[in-house]
Amino acid sequence: MNYEPIIGIEVHVELGTASKMFCGCPADHFGKEPNTQTCPVCLGLPGALPVPNKKAVEWTILLGLALGCTINEESKFDRKHYFYPDLPKGYQISQYDQPLAIGGSLELSNNPIIQSSNNPIKKKIRIRRVHLEEDTGKLQHAVVDGQRVSLVDFNRSGVALVEIVTEPDFRSVEEVDLFTKKLQQIVRYLRISSADMEKGSMRIEPSISMRKVESRKSKVESGEYPNYRVEIKNINSFKFARKAIEYEIIRQTEMLVHGDTPTQQTRGYVEAKGVTVAQREKEEAHDYRYFPEPDIPPMRWESSQLSAISRQIGELPDAKMKRFITAYGLSAYDAGLLVETKERAEYFEQVIRQKSAVISLKTIANWIINKKVDIEKTSPAQLLEQIVESTVVSAITDSEMETIIKQVLLDNVKAAEDYKNGKAQALMFLVGQAMRLAKGKSTAEILKINIIETIKI
Amino acid sequence: MDIKELTIQSALEGFQKKKFTVVDVVRACLANIQKYNDDYHALLTVVDEKTLLCQAEKIDKTDYSLPLSGIPIVLKDLFTTTGLRTTAGSKVLEHYTPVYDATVVARLKAAGAIIIGKANQDAWGHGSSGENTDYIPAKNPYDPSRVPGGSSSGSAVAVALGMCLASTGTDTGSSVRGPAAFCNLVGLKPTYGRVSRYGIIAMASSFDTIGHITKTVYDNALMCEITAGKDAYDATTGDQQVPTYSQGLDGTLRGKTIGLPKEYFELKGMDPRVRDATQAAIKKMEDLGARVIEVSLPHTTVAMACYYILVPSEVSSNLARFDGVRFGCGRETFGLEAKRRVMIGTYALSSGYYDAYYQTAAKIRTLIKKDFDDVFTKVDAIVAPSSPTLPFTIGERSSDPVAMYLSDIFMCPVNISGVPAVNVPCGFVGDLPVGLQIIGPQFGEQNIYQIASVYEKATEWYKRTTPV
Repeated sequence: MNYEPIIGIEVHVELGTASKMFCGCPADHFGKEPNTQTCPVCLGLPGALPVPNKKAVEWTILLGLALGCTINEESKFDRKHYFYPDLPKGYQISQYDQPLAIGGSLELSNNPIIQSSNNPIKKKIRIRRVHLEEDTGKLQHAVVDGQRVSLVDFNRSGVALVEIVTEPDFRSVEEVDLFTKKLQQIVRYLRISSADMEKGSMRIEPSISMRKVESRKSKVESGEYPNYRVEIKNINSFKFARKAIEYEIIRQTEMLVHGDTPTQQTRGYVEAKGVTVAQREKEEAHDYRYFPEPDIPPMRWESSQLSAISRQIGELPDAKMKRFITAYGLSAYDAGLLVETKERAEYFEQVIRQKSAVISLKTIANWIINKKVDIEKTSPAQLLEQIVESTVVSAITDSEMETIIKQVLLDNVKAAEDYKNGKAQALMFLVGQAMRLAKGKSTAEILKINIIETIKI
Repeated sequence: MDIKELTIQSALEGFQKKKFTVVDVVRACLANIQKYNDDYHALLTVVDEKTLLCQAEKIDKTDYSLPLSGIPIVLKDLFTTTGLRTTAGSKVLEHYTPVYDATVVARLKAAGAIIIGKANQDAWGHGSSGENTDYIPAKNPYDPSRVPGGSSSGSAVAVALGMCLASTGTDTGSSVRGPAAFCNLVGLKPTYGRVSRYGIIAMASSFDTIGHITKTVYDNALMCEITAGKDAYDATTGDQQVPTYSQGLDGTLRGKTIGLPKEYFELKGMDPRVRDATQAAIKKMEDLGARVIEVSLPHTTVAMACYYILVPSEVSSNLARFDGVRFGCGRETFGLEAKRRVMIGTYALSSGYYDAYYQTAAKIRTLIKKDFDDVFTKVDAIVAPSSPTLPFTIGERSSDPVAMYLSDIFMCPVNISGVPAVNVPCGFVGDLPVGLQIIGPQFGEQNIYQIASVYEKATEWYKRTTPV
């Protein structure tokens, strides 16, 4: 019997606003001395009141629009209650039944060369909602004067946090991986967060269950979902997300094969052991007792306000990549790498605006992609100078180069294959062979670039 | 100078004309605290004498140019004060000293007021008699066997006994108007959002309003024009401009239409003596030129049920932060009434019960708001007794929470709808004062102050000070 994974995810992104969600404290808490960025509001002192950060609300709408969501004309904040020492008010200000954005989607397509995968993926992941809430404080477990204690650092308390919730549309780890990376890219394009997983400003919570694959002919997805799901909390790296999901798929499949049904649970991923462990059963699930946050009036949006925000979206990675291919005649591979970050794409366009006729777009793309130019330290003019200088050194014509590379690849089919399969050392061997044929008329670096290009085309 | 008769208005005049000094007034207040507090339990914390006299001397040495220069005031103990213990009347916060001032406290300080101490109250604001304090309950200065009203009990007692010239209170269901009515004082419940709640320990956030207790309408209007207005720290405060309330109090009641809600006057539990005093007050208003008509607030019968679902729901949420991790005392220190409200509220918000309780009550709230809106298309103000009864004896209702809740039946609907209301003294039954409630439309403080002031000038009930 076959089972397929049904996966939905929640992603938390800390917004990069200057101040926190409901007070004026600085939001950038990473690496700061504990409890130095707090005030009555984010400490939850008696009498303090939240005043929402306008920018955070606008940025959440911006993300919602970028993900194709509908913006709720009327939205509000709600209180979500639970007790935990890092939650100073005893409730988190979040959004329950009227989130800022609902019903979007994100198109996934992998680039088999970049993602080195054999399964071509092209599908749409539906996004259920995008809402705004506040982050909690952080617990630190320490020994003070020989006593084991738990300390609370409230620097993070009240930092604006956006939650993106998908429908259970993922059917593989690869899809989740593609989605989360693409989401990170979009968030960075919008410049609303650094979305650094290692700093905790982006966190992933997958929900996984396994569904029986009924028969070959009913390939059309039945709407039925398993009657349980396992949620894995707060994963802070793409790698761990992959591993945690892979582990769950195996764990749940084994249970099902043995006739057991996994229980509805919340689990945590233990990095050191590479396993997930049960944290809370369904019966222990919180009753959050949501109700409308009385301290913050409901929000209403005029369509003129929404279109003003919408204009700030700018060109997103997919559109930019398409334009790079058609406008500049770049390969999908090159275009994909150039638009990886907004900064790199903008840098590329600055360089080509300043270039002289003799330097080709392809050469510039090659330099930025393969020479790993530090775009923060190298001005477009400096890069162009470097390209011109190295071209002079290379006394080989294009057709000579082509002949050399072809010959090397023809003579060393095995090494070329090895490189294609991921053996980096094989490339160095090929470069050595090419050096021999070029007889000092070209540099190893230039030959390397040309070999890579030729192999990948 | 008799401090029990002294108003803010006359004190400011006395300072200007050098009849007496701020030091004189502060000393007189301290003397009354010394004399009465052990018996009447009005104050939980008193600022030390040296600090107070130092402040007073400083003002006497400069000038009296600020609107409340040298006026000694008492704050309800829900008002957060930097460096001054703030208990909320609860043992949970017995040792809590805040690190910041409530917006209202900052505004009063900036206006020159001297904070003399913090007043006793029903813990967290939960109560109508003052008996739910976790400390020793305050007593009514007109009859110490009776309650002074709550929850701002100590705030009213302190003004009546001359421990200060004015005080602050909070009104979530009756807590300013009730004690003002039972202690022959003027007490305002402003429009929701008129006065900032920032720094006031929350009871029920969508109901809480910040008011004042004074001897006269003028004093009250003066304080309100200082504390009211938009606050960047409270997102629920309104942008509406703050009128100079104290300057619009003269005139007559000619051209004013006053509505009497028939549902209130039909209530079985109303003490006939309170009814008589109220009727006499209404007659007086007619004599002063007002037109009086009967109006209807049809959802009055379900108002208390609505109130006691929504308020405990918000209470259960607002008290969640007192989880024993901070502030010194654990959850077991909560008193019975707070525990009762936390349980009711938690239940009403629980999944499976939310729709039946919270959601239904929220819908009723909309209907009650509409009742008031409809009436205010026909009248300038609604007049009713503040309390259906005279001040009751200590212990009389403390074992019956529902009877206690019903003592607020004329006042709670006002908080449900958010409109302003003021209590003004309207006579005595024997030695016990009776209070009249004048209710106005949203942000209509100016209007109800004016009606109250005209009535007050014609009757001067406030001049009858406490027998002690």
